[in-house]
Amino acid sequence: MSETVPKPDELVQIDYRPPVRDWMHTPVQFRRGTFCYAAAPKNLKYLEMPNPRDWQPMDEDWKLPENWREIILEGMRERLEKFRSFRLFMDICVRCGACADKCHFYIGSGDPKNMPVLRAELLRSVYRRYFTLAGRLAPKLAGARDLTVDVLKEWFYYFYQCTECRRCSVFCPYGIDTAEVTMLARELLNLVGCNINWAIEPVANCFRTGNHLGVQPHGFKDSIEFAVDELEDLTGVRVEVPIMKKGAEVLFIMPSADYFASPHYYTLLGYLLLFHHVGLDYTVSAYASEGGNFGLFTSHEMIKRLNDKMYREARRLKVKYLIGGECGHMWRVIHQYMDTMNGPADFLEVPVSPVTGTRFEHAASTKMIHICEFTADLIRHGKLKLDPSRNDHWKVTFHDSCNPARAMGLLEEPRYILRNVARHFYEMPENTIREQTFCCGSGSGLGTDENLEMRLRGGLPRANAVKYVRDRFGVNLLTCICAIDKATLPPLLDYWVPGVEVAGVHELVGNALVMEGEKPRTTDLRGQPLASIQPPEVTHA
Amino acid sequence: MPIFEVNGRQYEVDEDGFLQDPSIWNEEVAKDFATTEGVTELTDKHWKVIHYLRNYYLQFGIAPMIRKLCKETGFKLNEIYELFPSGPAKGACKLAGLPKPTGCV
Repeated sequence: MSETVPKPDELVQIDYRPPVRDWMHTPVQFRRGTFCYAAAPKNLKYLEMPNPRDWQPMDEDWKLPENWREIILEGMRERLEKFRSFRLFMDICVRCGACADKCHFYIGSGDPKNMPVLRAELLRSVYRRYFTLAGRLAPKLAGARDLTVDVLKEWFYYFYQCTECRRCSVFCPYGIDTAEVTMLARELLNLVGCNINWAIEPVANCFRTGNHLGVQPHGFKDSIEFAVDELEDLTGVRVEVPIMKKGAEVLFIMPSADYFASPHYYTLLGYLLLFHHVGLDYTVSAYASEGGNFGLFTSHEMIKRLNDKMYREARRLKVKYLIGGECGHMWRVIHQYMDTMNGPADFLEVPVSPVTGTRFEHAASTKMIHICEFTADLIRHGKLKLDPSRNDHWKVTFHDSCNPARAMGLLEEPRYILRNVARHFYEMPENTIREQTFCCGSGSGLGTDENLEMRLRGGLPRANAVKYVRDRFGVNLLTCICAIDKATLPPLLDYWVPGVEVAGVHELVGNALVMEGEKPRTTDLRGQPLASIQPPEVTHA
Repeated sequence: MPIFEVNGRQYEVDEDGFLQDPSIWNEEVAKDFATTEGVTELTDKHWKVIHYLRNYYLQFGIAPMIRKLCKETGFKLNEIYELFPSGPAKGACKLAGLPKPTGCV
């Protein structure tokens, strides 16, 4: 934890009084701990993106192209024509304020420009000035303003202080998708080379080696083999994980952090046990070795290209359909963009579980199902042999990862799984879960250390809800289904709610699965001793 | 590009103080960077972790899985944190001259 971060009792003193001057005349301050570093030129060059250069947001001179204003305005004009939603979202907001206190960054910072309505107004004011008659004729009356370097800096600061989680959109009476406003603002910023490294380097790596981390094929194989060996040590069962096996029924794609970081890795162990348990004919790929789509934080073009990569591999391997792992943002792309962006995956088959025969009609176009859908269906049909007492050392709650919850409505399946693989499950308060879930505070490429103070502020509402179940029920495990969550919730909880660990849903599935031919299990997948032989009473709340 | 100056030597580093050119690494570099990570003395335990990371990096072009690092060096994750207060990715990798991993980590 960085030394520059204030202590929790200091950080929680949030000042909700607005600045004295009106928002247009309150310039942005790049305070350390509250913004992300600029994209490294090598990554922009690799992606052939504009204006690669050495610069940082705290620099006075951002080394913009001479005609940067024309580039941005032309970019806006083009996108206003291309995306009817963009013009609609610019025009219809009545500033009712329903969204204002729904943003985790506003709750945690008290900065009015983190109210979704005002964040969008940063862009709307420029839209009005150049693209509406009233704004052109009477800018002051119309709430319009000129596009200046200071405005551009303000965009950068606040549009990289939005995690595109869409909690505010749930409350908007007009259904304005504020994440799309952020996405378009970032896309415009990208036109003049104002982007953050934590989003751009993973994108560049994804094209270079197949995944965010830059793991090459031999490294991918090495990590998978390590997991197979360790599973054998833990369970006595040797699983087979085919890599790039042509003609397999299913291509399974997980976030690369699952075969790199902790606690993600234990989720990987869970997947592998599950597939072995039901004898799934599947393959993983070193090329499509990333579920995450950081194009979502960059541009529509990048979303499309990264999504295409997974399907290209599915076609090459001649699989029937895809199963996706515990990944967050990719599910927004799959469920809401892919169909019109890349087109339906007509060359694949509608997913049918080979174990239960369930036909997943909702994925008839994308041909990709979420692993939680696959597993919940298996449990529903009694196809898994489970011993939930093996998770008795955990008192579990579930954090709805933003995109699976709000972008694909995956609300019941993870809970159904958890209630079957663990015996102590407790919900956080209802206005902090399901479609109203609070973001981890680090999504959309903001999960980097230089931004730690802002992440801790943004994660405060989530942490507060965890505190409630920790103090009331003794919860010691927060489960989730997103790799960014697994990376960023542990430091968040250490800071605000010590004593609560983080795990993937399939880690608990792996603990509970009774494998054929297994040795008596004395530990969970983390190597921790199991709670007891004599299981206590079942408690669900 | 920031420059890190120590013991009369200069290194090009990124904003987080990671060595820009991993190919110039040697043991002296590890000692120099230890000063930025609150590691006062590099013991055999430190070197075991550093050399493991370094060799893995030369073979695979990236750091190993955290779990693999723990298992192969025989140190638990909390022991790695005791050796390198910023942890395996930010502390140990920095001393071993590896680039910082990005993404959902």
